[in-house]
Amino acid sequence: MDFTLSKSHLLQQELFRRFAENEIRPLAREMDETEQYNMELLAKLQRYGFFGIPYEKEYGGAGSDTLAYTLCMEEVSKQDASTGITISVHTSLCCSCIHDFGTEEQKRKYLTPLINGSKIGCYGLTEPNAGSDAAGQQTVAVRDGDDYVITGSKVFTTNSGFADTFVMFALTDRALGTKSMTAFIVERDTPGLTVSADIPRMGIRAASNCVVTYDHVRVPASNMLGKEGQGFKIAMKALDGGRIGIAAQSVGIAQGALNEAVKYVKERKQFGRPIAAFQNTQFKLAEMQTKIDAARLMTWRAAVAKDNHENYSVYAAMAKLTASEVANEVTRGCVQLLGGYGFTREYPVERMMRDAKITEIYEGTSEVMKIVISGSMKLK
Amino acid sequence: MKIVVCIKQVPDTAEVKLDPKTNTLIRDGVPSIINHDDKSGLEIALRLRDQVGGTVTVVCMGPPQADVALREALAMGCDKAVLVSGREFGGSDTYATATILGAALRKIGYDLVITGRQAIDGDTAQVGPQIAEQLGIPQVSYAEEVQIQGDHVIVKRQFEDQYHILKVQLPCLITALSELAEPRYMSVGGIVDAYEQEVQVLGFDDLKDGLNPEWIGLSGSPTNVRQSFTKQPKTGGEVLSGLSADEAVEAIMAKLIQRHII
Repeated sequence: MDFTLSKSHLLQQELFRRFAENEIRPLAREMDETEQYNMELLAKLQRYGFFGIPYEKEYGGAGSDTLAYTLCMEEVSKQDASTGITISVHTSLCCSCIHDFGTEEQKRKYLTPLINGSKIGCYGLTEPNAGSDAAGQQTVAVRDGDDYVITGSKVFTTNSGFADTFVMFALTDRALGTKSMTAFIVERDTPGLTVSADIPRMGIRAASNCVVTYDHVRVPASNMLGKEGQGFKIAMKALDGGRIGIAAQSVGIAQGALNEAVKYVKERKQFGRPIAAFQNTQFKLAEMQTKIDAARLMTWRAAVAKDNHENYSVYAAMAKLTASEVANEVTRGCVQLLGGYGFTREYPVERMMRDAKITEIYEGTSEVMKIVISGSMKLK
Repeated sequence: MKIVVCIKQVPDTAEVKLDPKTNTLIRDGVPSIINHDDKSGLEIALRLRDQVGGTVTVVCMGPPQADVALREALAMGCDKAVLVSGREFGGSDTYATATILGAALRKIGYDLVITGRQAIDGDTAQVGPQIAEQLGIPQVSYAEEVQIQGDHVIVKRQFEDQYHILKVQLPCLITALSELAEPRYMSVGGIVDAYEQEVQVLGFDDLKDGLNPEWIGLSGSPTNVRQSFTKQPKTGGEVLSGLSADEAVEAIMAKLIQRHII
């Protein structure tokens, strides 16, 4: 067992770190406060291949792997978790559905522009009344000749404010429930598709997250991913992979906050010395760094298992459960170490603490992670 | 158009420290980077290639660890990378370095050679011009803008108080300022490709036909560092304020006389 990164991974990590420090860090606070993602930054991320990391060159991707993708997620999320989720939803959720279940034609038409940096994707599964209970879906797709007509609405669709390509799920027969759930690729400009303004949120405020309404949206049957009724499987498989991304995002948020705290405690003097000289500070930081490292290793294990085509869904669930809890604990601890200054917006740790919360909720709540994990333990 | 860019791997001086006992650079644990001016040279080479076609070859003389600098250049978009490396080359001063790089460049072939103005560790600004002398080609140093015009290069050269616009016949060498071009980042796919590509290594045996062994390495270097030391920081000096012009003259004169300067 080898825990060292390859030379190629190290250089990719270096790129992600440099880019995040130079390009993302200076914009993070403003993007949070204005609740607007900077589109020039998005274009730069696309230019340098951040939106197609684990996909084959053959289709326009970077030809790298899931491990490199987690390194990217960590480095960008150290500076800005909103950038993390923007990349993650595009890569792990939208692109993976087309990559894993699309026909050759669908891949050429839709996957290539997504992973070569020309277009942005999103993924619509959650509905107002179907969150963890994805079986409670209401959105329907009715066959009409060579087309399907989709009606319903999806909520909390990340990236939908500016995405070009929507992977979404609808029931072809409401009576059959999830057994009829089917995945479709819908282009943004299709008549009947409308995207709301961004939903005001506590954290990851720079990311785009809206309600997408489908009002008799007509898509050709050739835009169906996989087969009719295969949608639930496609959706769940994408979420399994997505959890690796969220775990890495969580590690990034935690490490980013810890790095800020380390800088602060060396400078901040109380009782005549830097607060880094107090054992409480040292022990707190040691505990937090250890937890982050544990979460990071769990994330890497899940990523390497995926790259090796092993079954990774339980690893991914464990990594996400752990890393998201670590992100929340560490960011809270870092705000505490920075004291009153940590509570102000002059320092980024309060933003990181707000951003951390969602990692315990989206792409499967911590409770859902426990269902996945316990389900693998032969308890019943 | 065959453009060759010479780069140097240097310690990231923002973080570098001197050993207080030996007065040498502490390199352990200090990250290595591509020298800033050289990186700007890489960027301009890539832009020129995209305008007029051709290839960009990146050359680095250094120990085997310099491989990562070449991979970075490949990941930025260079077509080919050459590491000039050998024990015989160790300890070379600027003259010996230019002798070796000159031999390497003759072997590689070139239409336009670009180097950085100077390295942030040695700060000599000599190697670029010396390479041009070794190759017997025209050189323009301190380039701030570069354009290709047929078989000529138009270069805007920075001086302290003016610019010179020069038209130079190819083949030639230019040394780049970091102001010349903001270097692009590597791309993710570029890194993957860079590690699938081969870096050509040129050692002493590959270059010996065009090299006089007496002019390379530590023994072949005409300059040697006899001593290096950390300068004592200057004090802030004495500030005389609130004086009239006459009083100020008198005060300054008194100080100069007191120090036996006049």
